[in-house]
Amino acid sequence: MPQIVESALGALGRKTLSFLKDLHKVSVLINEVFYWTIVSPLKGRPPRVRAAVSEMVKTGYDSVLVVVVIAFFVGAILAFQSAYQLKKFGALLYIANLVGVAITRELGPIITAIIVAGRSGSAFAAEIGSMRAQEEIDALTSMGINPVRFLVVPKLIALMLMQPALTTFFDIVGMLGGFVLSITLLGINPAAYVNQTIIALQVNDLVTGLVKAWAFGVIITITGAYQGLQVNAGAEEVGRRTTASVVMSIFLVIGFDLFFTALFYYFT
Amino acid sequence: MENAVEVSNLVTYYGDRQILKGVSLSIPAGMTTVIVGRSGCGKTTLLKHLIGLIRPTSGTILIHDTDITAEGDQSQLEQYRKKMGVLFQGAALLNSMTLAENVALPLKEHTKLKAPVIDIIVRMKLDLVGLSGFGDFYPAQLSGGMKKRAGIARAMAMDPKILYFDEPSAGLDPVTAAGLDELILRLHRVFKMTVIVVTHELPSIFAIADYVVMLDNGEVVFVGNLDDFKKSEKPIVKAFLERRPEEVSYSPDNYFKIITGT
Ligand SMILES: Nc1ncnc2c1ncn2[C@@H]1O[C@H](COP(=O)(O)OP(=O)(O)O)[C@@H](O)[C@H]1O
Ligand SMILES: [Mg+2]
Repeated sequence: MPQIVESALGALGRKTLSFLKDLHKVSVLINEVFYWTIVSPLKGRPPRVRAAVSEMVKTGYDSVLVVVVIAFFVGAILAFQSAYQLKKFGALLYIANLVGVAITRELGPIITAIIVAGRSGSAFAAEIGSMRAQEEIDALTSMGINPVRFLVVPKLIALMLMQPALTTFFDIVGMLGGFVLSITLLGINPAAYVNQTIIALQVNDLVTGLVKAWAFGVIITITGAYQGLQVNAGAEEVGRRTTASVVMSIFLVIGFDLFFTALFYYFT
Repeated sequence: MENAVEVSNLVTYYGDRQILKGVSLSIPAGMTTVIVGRSGCGKTTLLKHLIGLIRPTSGTILIHDTDITAEGDQSQLEQYRKKMGVLFQGAALLNSMTLAENVALPLKEHTKLKAPVIDIIVRMKLDLVGLSGFGDFYPAQLSGGMKKRAGIARAMAMDPKILYFDEPSAGLDPVTAAGLDELILRLHRVFKMTVIVVTHELPSIFAIADYVVMLDNGEVVFVGNLDDFKKSEKPIVKAFLERRPEEVSYSPDNYFKIITGT
């Protein structure tokens, strides 16, 4: 029995140590990203704007279609589900409130973040990971080019802008989905629905949603970059790290979301 | 004779494993030095130290009398990186960029040259390695030998004082490998820089080396010029030169321990 306890404690200790080591590596990366994104431009060394633009196209523009389609469906589903409850009270018009608030405050930011984590976060991890495996990162460093500045910062800038932008698309099209479903299948008066939405929505809801989206963009970029940079060798590890980046991003996004939501609940 | 590189008491660990066990050596300036030894003896690890990619556990490395292992101030290391070039084992070209963009990269990042000037320099460098006209190709469209040549062009972009090669002929057919040796010799003759080559290919060593450093199991076992290397009486050097397999001696006791895992 003592032996089992001992080995269990040993395993726990090793897990804790390796967790602390990972935490240290993450904080070093965050530190470096922060330096090259904010401090170094102030010292007169601007980020790579063209690379950032091309990342914006890849992460933002190319994601619009999938975000929009999913948003429309989510809005319609939400309207259906609300109707199921609300019609018992003869309060179908309140679908507009439910759809508007749920999408702008919660579903828009979080579903967009999950889509982007799967599309772009994984691509970041795979790109940086395979560059690690093929010594391309070492080559950059040996040429005196900082890999974080060269690779991570453009991606970060892109997602910091594109995540709120995609979330805005999601919000608009999601509400449109709810609207279209309500005025057709549920037979709600269009003008009344729009009116009700305008009454229900507050600027606050939109802003908190976009602030969250911005933070999710940062989380997804750092997670993808971190997992990619951890690769030491081999295509197999690139695959494993790519998967890990998606799982970890989604986990962190939802964790932070709970935190933010609690924060907004108590302080607004 | 001036030394380009002076390494003293270099010790490195990967995890718990000691890879370099107190390496001390000097590499003369202006010559071609080869670092030889069997696979896994720590050649690449030593090279990564020399180019400042990894920090040693202990020991110092002086490059032209500046300490690149010093903690804190990174500016000397940054300066050094602009004056050296490296050809990695797999060439390590950025796959998302054309050859011309690869070669232009250090120039764009470190100089204020205008685009037309950079274009001219890039064409000169590609011509130097025999790749004129391949500027718009992507690395994936090239053979292994051509990739390495392009890697050399990029390493030469900033007119380095020291040029490093990690196993330039690894994975190439003998003819292509010989062509690469020829290129290394020519670059050295024309530009008179210090050339440091990691390799374990005997024909390469005989073709290009002025000076030889041999590592075995993380320790320096030979330092000297090529003639002394060829004449060395050290068993480990002779075994390497004569391509004799290592003698494996198992005592019955040891063997018993290995198979029972005790
Ligand atoms: N990143 C690493 N992590 C752990 N061990 C490594 C790493 N890189 C190399 N090694 C080990 O260090 C030893 C020396 O490697 P290396 O310097 O690449 O040898 P060489 O280039 O002479 O073939 C090898 O046994 C190798 O397995
Ligand atoms: Mg090697």
